[in-house]
Amino acid sequence: MFKRSEQDKRPQVQIFVDGVAVAARQGDTVSAALLASGVDARRATAVSGVPRLPYCMMGVCFDCLVTIDGIGNRQGCLVPVAEGMQIEIQKGKREIGR
Amino acid sequence: MTVAPKREDYDVVVIGAGPAGLAAAATAAEAGLSTLLLDENIGPGGQVFRAISSTPVTDRNQLGADYWGGADLVQALRASNAEVIHRATVWSLDRNLDIAVSIGGASAFVKAKRVILATGALERPFPIPGWTLPGVMTAGAAQTMLKSSALVPDGRTVIAGQGPLLWLLAAQILRLGGRIDRILDTTERGNYFAALPHAFAFLTSPYFAKGLSMMREVKAKVQVVSGVTELAAAGDGQLASVSYVTGGKRETIPAELLLLHQGVVPNVNLAMSADVEHRWDDLQLCWSPVLDTNGNSSVAGIAIAGDGAGIGGANAAVVRGRIAARAAVEALAPAAAAKLPSMAALRADLAKAERGRVFLDTLFRPAPQFRIPSGDTIVCRCEEVTAKDVLDSVAIGATGPNQLKAYRRTGMGPCQGRLCGLTVTELMAQARGKSPQEIGYYRLRAPVKPITLAELAAVPKSEADVKAVVRG
Repeated sequence: MFKRSEQDKRPQVQIFVDGVAVAARQGDTVSAALLASGVDARRATAVSGVPRLPYCMMGVCFDCLVTIDGIGNRQGCLVPVAEGMQIEIQKGKREIGR
Repeated sequence: MTVAPKREDYDVVVIGAGPAGLAAAATAAEAGLSTLLLDENIGPGGQVFRAISSTPVTDRNQLGADYWGGADLVQALRASNAEVIHRATVWSLDRNLDIAVSIGGASAFVKAKRVILATGALERPFPIPGWTLPGVMTAGAAQTMLKSSALVPDGRTVIAGQGPLLWLLAAQILRLGGRIDRILDTTERGNYFAALPHAFAFLTSPYFAKGLSMMREVKAKVQVVSGVTELAAAGDGQLASVSYVTGGKRETIPAELLLLHQGVVPNVNLAMSADVEHRWDDLQLCWSPVLDTNGNSSVAGIAIAGDGAGIGGANAAVVRGRIAARAAVEALAPAAAAKLPSMAALRADLAKAERGRVFLDTLFRPAPQFRIPSGDTIVCRCEEVTAKDVLDSVAIGATGPNQLKAYRRTGMGPCQGRLCGLTVTELMAQARGKSPQEIGYYRLRAPVKPITLAELAAVPKSEADVKAVVRG
């Protein structure tokens, strides 16, 4: 869906998406890294379970909700990636205790 | 790395580090006021200057000179004594000017003598069939990824809608080597005539030449279809095609990415939750705060600058930020105001920056069928409520957006009405034969962004706080 411009010389950052290593770039938000990675990052909604991807990328739509380092319902478009970050694609509601 | 505010009290707290907030914070701090700038994003710039300090797009021509102008605002802010905290989400503001802000999962509280809200704009909802499918995004979303991560579309891409941002985005995608298969222009033909009386101001504004050259640049490379009167996205769990009608003829094209845009509207949530009075703007088709010429709202001490004060664009936002900050300086440290540009000079700057706006608002006023959906089209993305659901609720007695919450939970999901509020107001107004002003809007309350109960529970409590709720 998206590709990186060749002029992007930022250092790589390795994150894990559902346990699989994915190369991101320093300064990417979690949502941008997921959309750039080509992995199937579709979450399932809490109400009906239909698939969604980020819509606004600016913190207002909440369609980028994702589990980051064990904490659910994070807005992936507002969180920058960090080395070793563990991302889980959230299926349905946030679970109690995470 | 979590940085809490250094003090509990500030002369001025500015919320939002876009053009208005950057200018306001720098002005207030330069005049010697203790100033705190709180911003939700990773770095300064807001949306229009997003990633201005970190963008990997190094070829300056690709983003354009207007974008790089934002670097001067950041420099002025950094040269000032303003305290700046990013990744700080303000979740409460009240009429006592008490502010609650979530930073790194913990909440802090500060009090201000003056608050300048610079929370900017968001893209108008574009509720067409299929707009919740993965692969349908806003044009602003694509531009955010382009600026902050140098990402461009590389599959079959359709851009649909209207307005200056759409053409700017298309030009930027092409300059960075991205792919656009087709542009579907939804500008109503009648709008060209309606806008004509305002054309002189626009023709003599800087927007005209820039806009024209950008449209030429895009049209030389991409097929543009104008006069689009219907639009729908389709696919099974993923966008597969876009269909549209122009001149009475329907066409369906395969697509992997659809970028939608029909203008921007003020982001009203924080201001409304603080009880700032808003009115329906019939030209811009959105809620705008009631403000005096200095940006002061109906709540004493709260001023609003930038697009949150009514859409005016980045140049106007900068000047509005300076006006609101100067007003704060006049109130709190009158002697220091003498060093700042005079109000008269600032008002002249504002008039210049707003030149041509009425023309743009009239020309790009979105058509009813793209604002007021019908049938199975989703209105509330969070709670997955359709237009038919809303109309059925009206039929059995829902009178306005707040009653509708009890029937259907519209606006009660995590986005708190940001993506459905305008649609619900207009849809209910139409169904009930009333004006949007009469129908009203959701009653917004803190927390204006979701925070966890654990974060609330961890807030420091005084003995009096505990006593107030503990029995015996």
